[in-house]
Amino acid sequence: MSITIDDITSTNLVALDLEVAGQWAAIDALADLLDKDGRLSDRDAYAEAVYAREKETGGTAMEMGIAIPHAKSAGVSQAGVAFGRTSTPLDYGEEKADLIFLIAAPEGEHDLHVTVLQQLARRLVHESFRTSLREASTPEEVVELMREQIST
Amino acid sequence: MKFVGVTACPTGIAHSAMAAEALETAAKEKGHDIGIEIHGASGAEFVDRQVIREADAIIIAADATIAERNRFEGKPIVEVRLREAIDKPGEVIGRAEKAAEAGESETSAGAVAQREGAEAEGGGGEEAVPTDMGGAGWGAEVRRWLMTGVSYMIPFVVAGGILIALAFALGGAVEVTEIDVYENFTIPAMLYTIGSTAFGMLVPILAGFIAYAMADRPGIAPGVVGGLIANEIGAGFLGGIAAGLLAGAVVMWLKKIKLPGGFGRIMPILIYPLIGSLVVGALMIVVIGQPIASVTTGLENWLASLQGANAIVLGLILGSMMAFDMGGPVNKTAYAFAIAGLEGGAFAPMAAVMAAGMTPPLALALATAIRGRLFTPAERRAGQANWVMGGSFITEGAIPFAAADPLRVIPSLMVGSAITASLSLLFDCTLRAPHGGIFVIGLIGNWPLYLLAIAIGTVVSAALVIGVKEFTGGADSEKATSAAA
Repeated sequence: MSITIDDITSTNLVALDLEVAGQWAAIDALADLLDKDGRLSDRDAYAEAVYAREKETGGTAMEMGIAIPHAKSAGVSQAGVAFGRTSTPLDYGEEKADLIFLIAAPEGEHDLHVTVLQQLARRLVHESFRTSLREASTPEEVVELMREQIST
Repeated sequence: MKFVGVTACPTGIAHSAMAAEALETAAKEKGHDIGIEIHGASGAEFVDRQVIREADAIIIAADATIAERNRFEGKPIVEVRLREAIDKPGEVIGRAEKAAEAGESETSAGAVAQREGAEAEGGGGEEAVPTDMGGAGWGAEVRRWLMTGVSYMIPFVVAGGILIALAFALGGAVEVTEIDVYENFTIPAMLYTIGSTAFGMLVPILAGFIAYAMADRPGIAPGVVGGLIANEIGAGFLGGIAAGLLAGAVVMWLKKIKLPGGFGRIMPILIYPLIGSLVVGALMIVVIGQPIASVTTGLENWLASLQGANAIVLGLILGSMMAFDMGGPVNKTAYAFAIAGLEGGAFAPMAAVMAAGMTPPLALALATAIRGRLFTPAERRAGQANWVMGGSFITEGAIPFAAADPLRVIPSLMVGSAITASLSLLFDCTLRAPHGGIFVIGLIGNWPLYLLAIAIGTVVSAALVIGVKEFTGGADSEKATSAAA
C-alpha cells in the first residue's frame, strides 16, 4: 500500500486567507482544521506537542518565509498536513513566515506517510514551488500543485 | 568534488528533508556529487561505505544525534545547524570545499556552541584527524582504525599519567607504589591507585575502539575482552592493537553471515558478542599469549648472558627494548633485568633503563611543541602532558603516538632511548630506586651527566620523529600503508 498526497491532505485542510495574530494562533487555527477533518483523537495533546517542539527549536520558520510546525503525537489518529497562507508575513520565532505547513504524525514505527511528508518538505526548498503556492487562488489549486510536485 | 551530506532532526520529517534538498541542489549547482542520508526518529538509510570512502568531505547538518557517526571518522567534516543548511546551502557547500581542500575538519563556531561544554572545550579536535586518504584504500582504512582507537585512549593516558606524576610529587615515587590505599589511606596513594586504574584501561580501550572503528558497536565487546587479555598476558599496547584488529575482523566477518528470520535477529544480541569474544580471546591466549611467554624467557636468558658486556652495547640493547613496546613484554624484560641488578647491588643498569624510559614521552612532547602541524590536535594536547609523564618516567605517555603510527614512531623512539641508555652507562650514572624519574634525582649518582644523557636522547628521538614524518609526508596515506604492512 502506498500513500499519496491525497491521503495526507485535502482542500479541507487549506486556508488561503489565514488571518491570525501570530505563530501560536496560526498553529491553533490549522490544528482546528486537522481536528475537524477527523485526523486528531486528542487535539490539545497534539497541539501541546507542537508547541513544545516550536519552543525547543526556537521556531520552525526558515528564512524563505516557510514554517513547518510539526509533531509526532499519540493525539494523532491519521497523518495529515494543513496549509495556511497569510497576506502579510507573521512574526514566527526568529523569522517571518507567510506559508505555514502544520504536520501531524501518529506515534509508531511504520511511517508510510514519512516519505510523502519528506518529499513535500524537499519541494519547499525550491523557490518556484513557493511562488506557485503564494500565487494560488483556490484550495483546489494548492492541492493540485502538491500532487504535481509529489509523485509516489 | 564528492561530498556526503548528513541531515538530522528529531522527527526526520520536515527540516532534515529540507536541508537534504537544499544541500543536494546547491552541490549540484556547483558541479559536485553528493550522497545524502536523512536521520530521524525511525533511524536512517545509511549511504554506502564506499561513498564515504570516496567523499572529499562530510557535511553534517543536524539538530539531533547522528547514529553511528564514527563512520565518518578521519574525514574532513563540516558541521552546521540545520537552519544554516536550509537558509544558506551555498555557503555550507563552500565551507565543505574549503575543508576538503585543507583535508581537515573545520571547527565552526555554530557547531561548537551547540555541543556540550566538555566537548566544546576540545573544539571537535577529535574529528580533526588530518587526512588525505583519497583512494588510498586499505592502508588509509587501517590508519583510521588505529587513530580511532587512539583518540578514545588518549584521555585515559592523560588522566592516569598526570595523577601518577602528582602522586610521585606528593608522596615520593617509591613510597606510593608500595602502599595499599585500601589498607593504609594516604592522598598520594589514592592518586596513584586512581592513575594506575586509568592506565589499566589503556589497552582494553585501544583494542575496543579499534574494533569499534572497524565493525561499529558490536566490535567493542570482543575488542575490550581481547584488550583485557592482552593486559593479562602482558602483551602491552602492541598486543592491544592485535586484539583490536582481530576483534574488528572477526565481527566484520560475522556480519557477512546472513541468517534468515529469527536467527538473523539474534546475531547482534547473542552471536556477535559471544563468538566474537570467544574467537578473539582464544586467539589472544593461544596464538599470542604462549609465544610471548617463551619470547620473554628467551630475552631474559639472553640479557643475563650479556652481564658484564661492553657498556655501550648493553645500553643500546636495554634502551631499544625500553622504547620498543612501552609496557609490553620486551620493555618489561629490560626493566626486570634492571630491577634484578638493583637488588643485587648493580645500580647502573637501573639508571640506564629509567633514562631510556623517560626519553620517549619527552621526545614526543618536544616534537609536538616544535612541529605541531605534523600531529592531530588531540596528539598535540597529549604531547604537552608528556613533559610531565616523561619527567616522571611514565613511558605510557608515548603510547598514543606509537599506536597511531607504529612503524615510524617506534623506531625513532628506540634510537633516542638506545643512545640515552648507552650514555648513562658510559657516564657511570647510577640509580638506587626502581622508579620515579625526576622525583628521585637525589638517588641518582652523577645526575648532571644523567640529565645530559636524557636530553641528548630526547633531541635525537624528536628529530627522528619529525624527520620521518616530514620526509614521508605528514599524515599521508603512505604512513597508513606502512602501518598496514
